[in-house]
Amino acid sequence: MADVQMSSAPSARSQRPSGLRSMLYKSETARGYLLLSPALLVMVVGMLIPFTILIAMSFWTRDGFDFDTTMSMANYQTAMDVPIYNAFLARSFWISGITTVATVLLCYPMAYYVAFHVHRNKMLWIILMTLPFWTSYLLRVFSWKVILGYEGVINSGLLGLGLIDAPLEFLLYSQTAVIITLAHAWAAFAILPMYVSLEKIDRSLLEAAADLGDGPARRFFRITLPLSIPGVISATFLIFIPTTGDYITPALVGGPNSPMIGNLIQLQFGAVNNWPMGAALSVILTLWIAAVGLVFLFVTRKSQESVV
Amino acid sequence: MSSDGFISIRNVGKSFGSFRAIESISMDIQQGEFFSLLGASGCGKTTLLRMLAGFETPSQGEIFIDGQPMSDVPPFERPVNMVFQNYAIFPHLNVRDNIAYGLRKQRLPKAKRNAMVDEMLDLVQLAGYGDRKADELSGGQRQRVALARALILKPKVLLLDEPLGALDKQLREQMQLELRRLQRSVGITFVFVTHDQEEALTLSDRIAVMQGGDVLQVDTPNALYEQPRTRDVASFIGTMNFLDGRVLSRVNGHTKLDIDAVGEIDIPTPHPAIVEGDRLSLAIRPEKIVLHRAAPDGPAMQGNLEMTSYLGERSHFHIRVPGCVEPMAVSAQNADLGEIRALEEGAPVWLSWHDDALIVLDGK
Amino acid sequence: MSELSYIKRPNRGLKIYAAAFLTVLYVPILFIPLFSFNDSLYVKFPLSGFTFQWYIELWERSAVWDSLGNSMRVGVAVSIISTILGTLAARAITRSRLPGQNAIVAFVMLPLVIPGIIFGVSLLILLSRLGVSLSLYTVTLGHLVVCLPFAVATLLPRFEGFDKSMEEASADLGENGWFTFWRVTFPLVLPGVIASLLLTFTISFDEFIMAFFLTGTDATLPMFIWTQLRFPQNFPSVLALASIILLVSFLLVFVALWVGRLGLIEPEESQS
Repeated sequence: MADVQMSSAPSARSQRPSGLRSMLYKSETARGYLLLSPALLVMVVGMLIPFTILIAMSFWTRDGFDFDTTMSMANYQTAMDVPIYNAFLARSFWISGITTVATVLLCYPMAYYVAFHVHRNKMLWIILMTLPFWTSYLLRVFSWKVILGYEGVINSGLLGLGLIDAPLEFLLYSQTAVIITLAHAWAAFAILPMYVSLEKIDRSLLEAAADLGDGPARRFFRITLPLSIPGVISATFLIFIPTTGDYITPALVGGPNSPMIGNLIQLQFGAVNNWPMGAALSVILTLWIAAVGLVFLFVTRKSQESVV
Repeated sequence: MSSDGFISIRNVGKSFGSFRAIESISMDIQQGEFFSLLGASGCGKTTLLRMLAGFETPSQGEIFIDGQPMSDVPPFERPVNMVFQNYAIFPHLNVRDNIAYGLRKQRLPKAKRNAMVDEMLDLVQLAGYGDRKADELSGGQRQRVALARALILKPKVLLLDEPLGALDKQLREQMQLELRRLQRSVGITFVFVTHDQEEALTLSDRIAVMQGGDVLQVDTPNALYEQPRTRDVASFIGTMNFLDGRVLSRVNGHTKLDIDAVGEIDIPTPHPAIVEGDRLSLAIRPEKIVLHRAAPDGPAMQGNLEMTSYLGERSHFHIRVPGCVEPMAVSAQNADLGEIRALEEGAPVWLSWHDDALIVLDGK
Repeated sequence: MSELSYIKRPNRGLKIYAAAFLTVLYVPILFIPLFSFNDSLYVKFPLSGFTFQWYIELWERSAVWDSLGNSMRVGVAVSIISTILGTLAARAITRSRLPGQNAIVAFVMLPLVIPGIIFGVSLLILLSRLGVSLSLYTVTLGHLVVCLPFAVATLLPRFEGFDKSMEEASADLGENGWFTFWRVTFPLVLPGVIASLLLTFTISFDEFIMAFFLTGTDATLPMFIWTQLRFPQNFPSVLALASIILLVSFLLVFVALWVGRLGLIEPEESQS
């Protein structure tokens, strides 16, 4: 064994460490980038380049069945001027804003319970909480169509029991239905980050607070809640962003009053066939999400500073 | 490609970005030696060890092992093996497979391989534990597996990165004895990293004391304790009292000094480098100081007893001496103390010493 | 429960809330299988009788089998590719000191926080400008973008979960990078790899948003279901199909999450 090493490392080579093998052995950085490159390639081809072209197309205009590729702000102008676009956007933010607040409020106690009060089979609980998230989104929305429908589970059930005389119309094809469905569909996703940040809290901090004279409520508001804010923030983003762009839920359970910006974008690429307009709406949606996100981050950071 | 030692470290330095972990270090380690790198955390001892193993590349200089330059040899081709601080026992393999891990390349017949593993299990006193998983082992047992796994490859050098740090005191002392026995019986060069000076003194043939990425002194444990060269080494190993003074004259074998807290004394000339008129530092161990209730003959210091700690076999005293910033630490066998034991705090005492107890240090 | 510390005392109110929460989480989904056995074209109470009719009907429709085959092919390809890429990426992120590492991780995780419709239309535009016709390959590309962040998020804690010194020990004992990977790294991250394979397969198998924009003539299963929703007479057989998909998804994901968490000390999913 030893002899092999000596012949493989002649003294002449020691002065000039060169060659690809030597470089890779020496430079962890080069090796790291090499390992990352396939994943980055997929992201560049599947995300970065498409998004660049999306932005480019948003400045084009439709010309019959083709595109006029001269740059123009026409689509953005239209989006500003035509009230319906702004209405869709506002409705999207309204619906997903309500959904986000409701989901975070409803999920927080659950995350809290599992983090602080489940001691046996914790793993099973976490899996039970998150399991639905991984299964078909379409089918979970679909199940609400079954439940809320005009002749769905709730209405036919209540009718059968004689509690109502006619089907409750507000249940299906309404914003309420969209909000209920979205909240249910994203609940499992919201729990995880809040659970993680609650689980990380050192229990001795709570014991210290108790020792220093805080009761359960004050302990919660002075220790637990502030320390779990990062989880609440990530949960907020993880629900707000995808729900704002959703179009399946409004299409399946929303009525004429609840199409969202996602439905409008989808229409531009489908029936309306105005791709540049669709691209512009996509860019506008992204910018709005980024703006709302930044404001939210700024506000929460400010308020956290004032707490400390 | 000159090399004096079995391991020869020549002007080796290491930077991480703008941080210099190791200044330019040169030293030699002899074949079959139990050699320790001793220093506080952050002194660069682990970085130096990892450069020997090949996990870090020196920013400058060259390491030779058995005459071969190592800078272009990756870890998996070096004739060294390592015992990691956390032992790094592979959790998915049992003890036997952990120990046999490095034998794959030798393509041995199964019977031969098993015999080698059994031999190692015996050597580290783990016979019968071959089928255990890593998580079924205690700290001491993990350490033995890590040792066996490295030693089975018959490395030229075994590197040990604070292998006893995770063990409790009793087990640590037992493992120290065992490590020493093991090193004697296999005859392999051990390079041992530790921050525990007592451990280094107990185990090592020689010790390199490191601080701030530099080597302060390389010596035998006895020489490090009895003849530290600098104030840093003297204060790092054991407890030490320091005195400041000035060289008055050197006359045939004797040097006359003026010690601030004592006055003029004569000592046998220790050091070729001291020159008349120089300021210098002297050091003296607590156990080399003798306490008296009345002024003794010859040079002595007078002070007041500040604090006494009773430790059963011995007692420790802190004595405030005018002219010294720190109180003098004195340690004595209780059996030898006699009337001193009954002293009250604040009582006046005299301190004396043998001529050869004073150590002259480098620097001011 | 007396062995629990002061802070951990049980809270009855929360317990009831948790039970109610799980009920609301699961019950809506359970109505799908319930009505898939109901002997009626209409989804309404009272139930009219038990039948396997809708399942038998499903069995006999070749379009179901075609779209199932399509979804399987896309799912298997996506899960294998994204798990391999995710493994390499997770290894690089945890083991190398990379400049700009945080930005790279954020870039790879970006699809988690951008509405799927944006990806769908962007890819659609790119593909049409390049003149690539829509097919199962384009669906696969779209699913890769969606699944890769989940693969990385599943594998990262695995790589973080074992000490770098394990790989160093292997190198020290004479194994080069390749053998170190197969003898130490891979066995240690294997549960994560299995979890990633199952999760990404399920996500791809169930994915609808990207598929909606990127599917050509060969429909995936969710696309098939979407088109069937327009025909009331097919509704019960869609329920039957949905029941089967839900059952298989739940099983796969349960196994994936269970295996993925085995041996991880911190019960933590790094999606946040």
